[in-house]
Amino acid sequence: MVLSGLILAVCLVMVCALSLVFGSRSVSPSDILHALSASSDDIAVSAIRLRIPRTVLGLLVGAGLGVAGTLMQGISRNPLADPSILGFNTGAALAIVCSIAFFSLSTPAQYVWVGLLGSATTALVVWAIGSLGPSGPSPLRLTLAGVVISSVLGSLTSAILLPRINVISSYRFWQVGGISGARFDLMMPVLPLLALGLILAFCLTPGINALTLGDQMAEGLGMHVGRVRSLAWLAAILLCASCTALAGPIGFVGLVVPHVARLLIGPDYRRIMALSILIGPLLVVGADVVGRIITRPSDVEVGIVTALIGAPVFVILAGHRRTAEV
Amino acid sequence: MDACLLHDSQRHDAMTDLQRIRRAHAIRSLTVTIMLVILLVALALADLTLGHRVYSMSDLVGAVWGRSDEGTRFVILQLRMPRTLIGCIAGIAFGMAGIGFQHLLRNMMASPDIIGITAGANTAAIFGIVVLGLSGMPLACLAVMGGLLTALLVMALAWRGSFDPTRLILIGIGVAAGFNALGSWLMVRSNQWDIQAATRWLTGSLADAQWSDLPILATTTLVGAMLLLALDRNVSTLQLGPEMAAGLGVRVSRVQFEVIIVGVLLLAVATATTGPISFISFLSGPIAAVLVGRGTSALIQSGLVGGCLVLGSDIVAQHLPTTQMPVGIITSIVGGPVLILIMVLMTRRQEL
Repeated sequence: MVLSGLILAVCLVMVCALSLVFGSRSVSPSDILHALSASSDDIAVSAIRLRIPRTVLGLLVGAGLGVAGTLMQGISRNPLADPSILGFNTGAALAIVCSIAFFSLSTPAQYVWVGLLGSATTALVVWAIGSLGPSGPSPLRLTLAGVVISSVLGSLTSAILLPRINVISSYRFWQVGGISGARFDLMMPVLPLLALGLILAFCLTPGINALTLGDQMAEGLGMHVGRVRSLAWLAAILLCASCTALAGPIGFVGLVVPHVARLLIGPDYRRIMALSILIGPLLVVGADVVGRIITRPSDVEVGIVTALIGAPVFVILAGHRRTAEV
Repeated sequence: MDACLLHDSQRHDAMTDLQRIRRAHAIRSLTVTIMLVILLVALALADLTLGHRVYSMSDLVGAVWGRSDEGTRFVILQLRMPRTLIGCIAGIAFGMAGIGFQHLLRNMMASPDIIGITAGANTAAIFGIVVLGLSGMPLACLAVMGGLLTALLVMALAWRGSFDPTRLILIGIGVAAGFNALGSWLMVRSNQWDIQAATRWLTGSLADAQWSDLPILATTTLVGAMLLLALDRNVSTLQLGPEMAAGLGVRVSRVQFEVIIVGVLLLAVATATTGPISFISFLSGPIAAVLVGRGTSALIQSGLVGGCLVLGSDIVAQHLPTTQMPVGIITSIVGGPVLILIMVLMTRRQEL
């Protein structure tokens, strides 16, 4: 546990360093040190200045999404749970498009709250529909509910977008999920929510560990199953929604992270949760760096890179005999 | 052999009962088919006559026989007729392909929209519009190829000696997510006009329907429909379960493979012509099944339901009070909640 934690932490530091060094424009390490220490109007320096908030945002969003995915997979015992698959992003997108088109909101600080409202509502609806049956939410039902609701919300979004070409062009950059426009002042209002979600998640971890033994067993251990589950769901919504609001829909991070952690450390959720908070940022910042390098001089948005990594993982997990039978 | 143990009179009764049930099924199925054809024709006539300018039936007949003025002929024959015909035929293709998949995989959720085939065709089309600057027939071919390749990919990934529906659905969802990511990457990299073209196409629209699209669509739909009908008997046997069907002499994997290929072709050609009109392939099957009742194949009826759904939605889409919408928006907004309702019912009956 300690060893893998250390190795991951070292990797994370290295990826952050890479994230500062590599960009569409190449900058030498000495320039970077210079930029961190002194003030100068050099182009290289301003390039770095842009990359610092971007890296920080990557860390935050990665941690939030990774922990959210772990929570969701833990409480639903569903190895395919992920905010993007379950339609949270489409909910946020619809809310944001509505706010641009009908209430002429224009600043990301405003999008944040609207997006939060949209994804929280969608999350509740998807969860409610997915868990209607007597046996609670099965992976298939929950996934289908997410896909179907996404599709309906997506159509509503296009219905609003189609006649408004100006909205389309500002929306499509938000839509792919990127952290390139990061600014500290835009992150600040969302940070408390993110922090609240993370704290809640870590407080609930022992309870989730007990939940994985099955509801009856957990109740036998003296736990309030319903209370833990709804609090965990609330934490997951807080995390996903604030990340979506900050960076747009970045998919599959929540799906991949818990599985990697489980591979490294085994089935104990306390350990998985602890590693998630390292693996998530590693994945997001790493994907962002990759996205900057592969198509120089333009970027590939981080959401696209994570989807291209995550979709095959999803397919492999879904093809797994045990998963398919849950 | 059991029948030999019955008295002759009992045996006679049993046979007549069976014949009566079969006849009842056939009559119901025929009645439903006739009603659906009448509805489809009525919707087509409404689609042709209603619009910015409303024409009478005699205008319509006049235009077809070349006895009306130039303007009327142009509007009816060049603007409205291709739209109606393409909507109708594409709807039939969506409906038949949809029930083909659902029937084959014995799961209502196994419709092409959900298992990634539509997403593959869409991404290929975006690539065609944005990167290659294609339109018309070449674009359609590319979308067909995209749909076919995606279907093969999903099948290859889900294949473990046979197709387990749950696995196929989940893998399809994953593959679809990957293609959608590629698609949005392409969209971000393109200019405004390409994006609007791509968005319009992606929502499924009949607005650009032209006579030149018709021959390929009609031929494929006809051939595909006949092939599906020919395969229908084996697919029905498959309903008894793969083991039972194999015991009755059906070559299970081969039938599955054939139905999927024919279904994908039908679907991809229709998608290439109109864009993905969502939920038609999903909804037609269940609706048709309810209409004809249990124990009867609903392949033809599902096609007709598909045609009616597309034409009905297109009439609504063209006459909204505010602005005209692509037909796909209407089908999605109406179809989605129905789909959710079906999911809830299936859950209640523990089928999902």
